[in-house]
Amino acid sequence: MEEAAAEQKYNFDVVRWFAVMTAVYLAVGALVGVYIASELAWPVLNLDSPYLSFGRLRPLHTNAVIFAYGGCILMATAFYTVQRTCATRLWSDKLAWFTFVGWNLIIVSAVITLPLGITQSKEYAELEWPIDLAIAVVWLSFFFNFVMTVAKRKTKHIYVSNWFFMGMMVMITILHVVNSAAIPVGLFKSYSAYSGVQDAMIQWWWGHNAVGFYLTAGFLGIMYYFVPKQANRPVFSYRLSVIHFWALMFGYVWLGAHHLQYTALPDWTGSLGAAVSIAMIIPSWGGAVNGMMTLSGAWDKLRNDYVLRFLIISLAFYAMSTFEGPIMSIKTVNALSHYTDWTIGHVHSGALGWVAMVGIGALYHMLPRIFHRPIYSQALVNAHFWTATIGTVIYIVAMWVSGIMQGLMWRAYDEYGTLAYTFAESVEAMHPYYAMRAVGGGIFLLGTLIMVYNVVMTAMAAKNEGSVKAAQTAAVTA
Amino acid sequence: MYDSSKEAGPIHKPAETNVGIMVVFIFFVVSIAGLVEIVPLFYLDSAMPAKQIPGVVWQRQPGQTLNDWKAGDGVRPLKPLELAGRDIYQKEGCYLCHSQMIRPFRDEKERYGHYSLASESMYDHPMQWGSKRTGPDIARLGGKYSDEWHIQHLIAPRSVVPESVMPNYPWLAENKVDHTTIASHMKGLRTVGVPYTDEDIAGASKAVEGKTEMDAMVAYLQVLGTMVKFQDGVEYRE
Repeated sequence: MEEAAAEQKYNFDVVRWFAVMTAVYLAVGALVGVYIASELAWPVLNLDSPYLSFGRLRPLHTNAVIFAYGGCILMATAFYTVQRTCATRLWSDKLAWFTFVGWNLIIVSAVITLPLGITQSKEYAELEWPIDLAIAVVWLSFFFNFVMTVAKRKTKHIYVSNWFFMGMMVMITILHVVNSAAIPVGLFKSYSAYSGVQDAMIQWWWGHNAVGFYLTAGFLGIMYYFVPKQANRPVFSYRLSVIHFWALMFGYVWLGAHHLQYTALPDWTGSLGAAVSIAMIIPSWGGAVNGMMTLSGAWDKLRNDYVLRFLIISLAFYAMSTFEGPIMSIKTVNALSHYTDWTIGHVHSGALGWVAMVGIGALYHMLPRIFHRPIYSQALVNAHFWTATIGTVIYIVAMWVSGIMQGLMWRAYDEYGTLAYTFAESVEAMHPYYAMRAVGGGIFLLGTLIMVYNVVMTAMAAKNEGSVKAAQTAAVTA
Repeated sequence: MYDSSKEAGPIHKPAETNVGIMVVFIFFVVSIAGLVEIVPLFYLDSAMPAKQIPGVVWQRQPGQTLNDWKAGDGVRPLKPLELAGRDIYQKEGCYLCHSQMIRPFRDEKERYGHYSLASESMYDHPMQWGSKRTGPDIARLGGKYSDEWHIQHLIAPRSVVPESVMPNYPWLAENKVDHTTIASHMKGLRTVGVPYTDEDIAGASKAVEGKTEMDAMVAYLQVLGTMVKFQDGVEYRE
């Protein structure tokens, strides 16, 4: 009854579409990831085809998981939560549909252009200038609709999850506009407005804040709504949320410089980035504790609530990654870890463990509430939980070992004072770990396929049963 | 849902109850780090400390063409064929596995050569420093191997380095460079600050006409890291 009232009051139609696409894109992104991981283990898989070569597919993988999966779950959850926490319908249904269609067209254009080698060659911002313009327009439509919905809220205070969503929207707008500035020299080719050291700093200011704001602040918005809802308890500490939020907004932006330690970037910039990176352990752990302690007194729920398991393990990975990151930003550690697979491992403990898991948890939480029937199979949710967790752990361990080994081999000297290993020997030594990474990724991929099946079956059952229609037409007492 | 209204203090209450104030607060707070870390790099001399050292940046005299430059004269804009090679380097995503940024460590000096200078990528829009060494750093690859080695290695990497995991690039030898666009590429780069002359641009199309992507790629790889001649006893970084 309550859910039928929500269905009629709010726009869940656009949420349903974003939710289904989220599952599809996570599977596609993971599939491309497993394929390119396999190419590194078995290079014959490049098949001598330009369109399948590692260098062209790798941006497709990162764009698919960040902008297709990440974008869809952020937009699904932002539209879902902003309506519920503000007790009001979206400011504009039409604009929300524009956001949905526009974002998906951008994803399609990425899928076409990246394998063709149309790229700006800026990491995590590869898409060429016409697509960049489209991203700016669609992103602003999302931003504007969200802010206007908050503005017409029926509640007095703006709930904390909305702060984080808006923090993401403001910063990503700034980052995208500044980092993507370029001079077009053709429809499919442009050169960055910046060069050399300035470009490096701007790229990593973008690169680390795509992580810090898109993949962290936005997903913390998800966390602050869905963890309390699923656990059915209030957020542990309001004060901690305020500190967490503003410390994150202020602090994260400095970190990009730690990607450029010992490079031609001036020393002061890298050191400043590293110093703030270390300080960032405090707000990050504050946030992780805030989420986890929300469960205090209700830990037993983890025993049979599979959705809650996803949400809580994501916080464990969040805490681990936000500890590992500052450690890797320390100059002496960075001297070893930079340029190695350790970075890739770190990224994936965040991306698989935190970003994917918290998004999956939110998706499973929403499913019964937007399709107005139980999830098709709880057993499959549980199976997904274990494949995702085991796959992630195998992946990370493989990259820790290969990364640290690479770093040590490159700097090893023999007793005559000459380099102990050629570069090619270090490549050869990576093979078992690259194979292991592909296996870990494959297990994670299996989980995403289970999810797609479960989501599609839930949606189809809802259609056959007419549960959405029933909710839309049910008589509700206002 | 948790009711925060009882706890919001006088400073935070305006942001929590007015979305406009919240957005402005956020905008202000997230802008600070970029202003401190990025903006000074555009005007501080320490961003490119070696720029003033003789021999680091090529000082082109009036009337000189890019062909008057000799190896070691200092950093210059890429010649048309090298630029076409760099375009392919970007297109194929080479920067995802190869860095072009040597750090000032003993092992990197012995493996790759002198540490990289900021000035060496001052004409690189965007920079290609990279973030990962699945393959080795190639900031100073130029002149280390013959053209024939590069061609063989690009077509079939494992035929010369059995442990390699690099993809084969057989299509580079088959595809022709698009000579109709190279001039507009150079004009675009000039707009963002690369000092190409009208003569450089006028001769560009002819310089790349009939060349394969392989020719362009090899030309680019062979110039990497060769522009500056490093002198003993000179400190290139502060």
